[in-house]
Amino acid sequence: MLELVVISTLNGVLFGMLLFLMASGLTVIFSMLGVLNFAHASFYMLGAFFGFQISRWVGFWPALIFAPLLAGLIGAAVERFGLRHVHKNGHVAELLFTFGLAFAIEEIVQIIWGKSPVDFRVPRALDFPAFTIFSTNYPAFKMFMLFISIVIFVGLLVALKKTRVGLIVQAALTHPHMVGHLGHNVGRIFMMVFGVGTALAAVAGVIAGPALVTQSNMAGLLGPILFVVVVVGGLGSLPGAFVASLLIGLVQTFAVSMNGSLSDVLGPLSPDYATTWLSDIWNVTIAQIAPIMPYLLLVLILIFRPMGLLGTRET
Amino acid sequence: MTDTPHNAAPPLPALSDRLKFYAIWLVVAAVLIVLPKVFSSGGSLTTFSLIGISIIFALSYNILLGQTGMLSFGHAVYYGLGGFLVIHTINIFTANKTPIPLPLVPLIGGLTGLAFAALLGWVSTKRSGTAFAMISLGLAELVASSALILRTFFGGEAGISANRTKLLRVFDWSFGPQIQIYYLVAAWTLIAMVAMYALTRTPLGRMCNAVRDNPERVQFVGYDPHVIRYLAFCFAGFFAGIAGALAAINFEIANSAYLGAVQSGTVLFATYIGGVGFFIGPIVGAIFVTILSLGLSDVTPVWQLYFGLIFIAVVMYAPGGLTGLIMMHRPLIRAGTLGRVIPSYAVAFVPTLAMVAGLILVIECSVYAAHGDGNPNIRAFGVAFNAASPLTWGLAVVLLIGGFVVARRTWSRVAQAWDDALVVAREKGLAA
Repeated sequence: MLELVVISTLNGVLFGMLLFLMASGLTVIFSMLGVLNFAHASFYMLGAFFGFQISRWVGFWPALIFAPLLAGLIGAAVERFGLRHVHKNGHVAELLFTFGLAFAIEEIVQIIWGKSPVDFRVPRALDFPAFTIFSTNYPAFKMFMLFISIVIFVGLLVALKKTRVGLIVQAALTHPHMVGHLGHNVGRIFMMVFGVGTALAAVAGVIAGPALVTQSNMAGLLGPILFVVVVVGGLGSLPGAFVASLLIGLVQTFAVSMNGSLSDVLGPLSPDYATTWLSDIWNVTIAQIAPIMPYLLLVLILIFRPMGLLGTRET
Repeated sequence: MTDTPHNAAPPLPALSDRLKFYAIWLVVAAVLIVLPKVFSSGGSLTTFSLIGISIIFALSYNILLGQTGMLSFGHAVYYGLGGFLVIHTINIFTANKTPIPLPLVPLIGGLTGLAFAALLGWVSTKRSGTAFAMISLGLAELVASSALILRTFFGGEAGISANRTKLLRVFDWSFGPQIQIYYLVAAWTLIAMVAMYALTRTPLGRMCNAVRDNPERVQFVGYDPHVIRYLAFCFAGFFAGIAGALAAINFEIANSAYLGAVQSGTVLFATYIGGVGFFIGPIVGAIFVTILSLGLSDVTPVWQLYFGLIFIAVVMYAPGGLTGLIMMHRPLIRAGTLGRVIPSYAVAFVPTLAMVAGLILVIECSVYAAHGDGNPNIRAFGVAFNAASPLTWGLAVVLLIGGFVVARRTWSRVAQAWDDALVVAREKGLAA
């Protein structure tokens, strides 16, 4: 039992930090441009596939640098030549533009790399068990993932709170016109933030690619969970996104490792239920409903706290 | 001041306007009746049925997006649940020999859609704007994933099927042949179109528009925007349920794809490409997208990519959709200045076409380069070419870049000609 708790906590924190790598970019882009980037998970997928391709050509470590750079450049280009053009048509048009973009990126990835998963392996330098708790070997690559996400998290925090660039970005979040009047190029800040945000998502893709499955549907699988994170945390709240990422990471990981069902708990009381069409609800285990946990959480949050955990604005 | 209450209601439309209004619906009904007589092949009947279903679904979606300003990514939930319940209903009616004929069954789908919209809508419509979009997406994922867990009801990945011909027969219609299904769909399409048009003319429909444009002002007037959004959501769910029921009757099967993100995305594409600003927009979009998806899949393997690119192009360059593009020209036609724009259109058309052709060539050659089967002589859009030769690649790049550079210049000329024409229209007092 203790073993299960320790391993699940580690995995949950890891998944949560990965979610936050993406949710942070998404949140900053949302609070600054007012547009929720529907294609954010697509950049995560692009990161994974670029990482796969580059590590095939020159190795994993260059891929860790160049794949996010490439994805970030594409992201910046999308902002400069796409989103900025659509901006005058309002937020719905911007959201729809990124929706169409997500659709197109998935198709392009399918054309280039096919529909089946690609063979993106853990680099040899990290392919060993980091430590053994009880009887489980914990892979070093997962510790590496955790390390990278924490380093980026701290780096982001320092960059936003302590540097001049971070100060301007924070100011542009709330008062873009004032920042513009002070002589800063707000358009360029937007483009830069979009580029950095998508690059962060791509970093998550590169490090998650070998551990999870690198496949053309990975954006479609992760995207909705990502949006649940930002809504549960409170749209536009960075600390909220952090809390929600960890919460959803932990909830989902713990749910996967649990095996109880209603019939286990209440079964002796009324065995008749197991034979009616209610039997699905009766017999389903917690592990089986793990994929819908984030959405159940979303519904609960919406009922009891519509603005999200740490959200303040009613948008 | 004393006569304001009497003038508050708009005057009744003149007799000629009313006749014109009813004439339009009569013409639509006549077209729906005559259509299978003109195109009587089995394939076209299936296509017409699909278009009819798609029209109801897209119009129901536009109650949300176009009329109330709510962008939903999960409208297929109500469509799919309507379909599932109708399949179960048909099975139950068949088993119990319940004396209810098939034409009434879509109503059950509609009520299912309404019930689930009433259930999920209250939570969904608490927020508007981006938050609403994300919530609709989350709820759609919740329902779609639950459908895979609740196997007895939803039949897992295979879905559940029914036999539509075993219900009570009226006028000896078995609803086996596609032509009878076509008339069933056509009748429901007409009813749903009239009902949804009528909805836009009611005070509720007007308040929906007000909530879309200025929710704060609506609150000042004394209405609760949440309640109005909720009511609109319920109506949209009802008509989506009817569309889903007709789809389930048409295919005699319902599976989890009915509820999925692809279905929600398709209705969004159809509605937006058609145009959300006019009642007729989603109808145009549904016809266009259904024909396009059936036609494109015959001529190219990567038709979904073109689909996405068309959608992006519409969002970027024609936010009013196809109907918006056409309606833009109305003031010019009235002012008689349309002739000034036509020549510049003709000039801009050539390089734009070249650019599109270049893009298609690049895409098709890349598809070949990524996973061709070794034979570089491929066909796309009915044109055969050698995808591996540098000549094709060179031509593609020249067309794409050259077309883009020239097209940019010609489109700025179009904008100039447009401005001139509009100035004249304004001077005549025909455009705002």
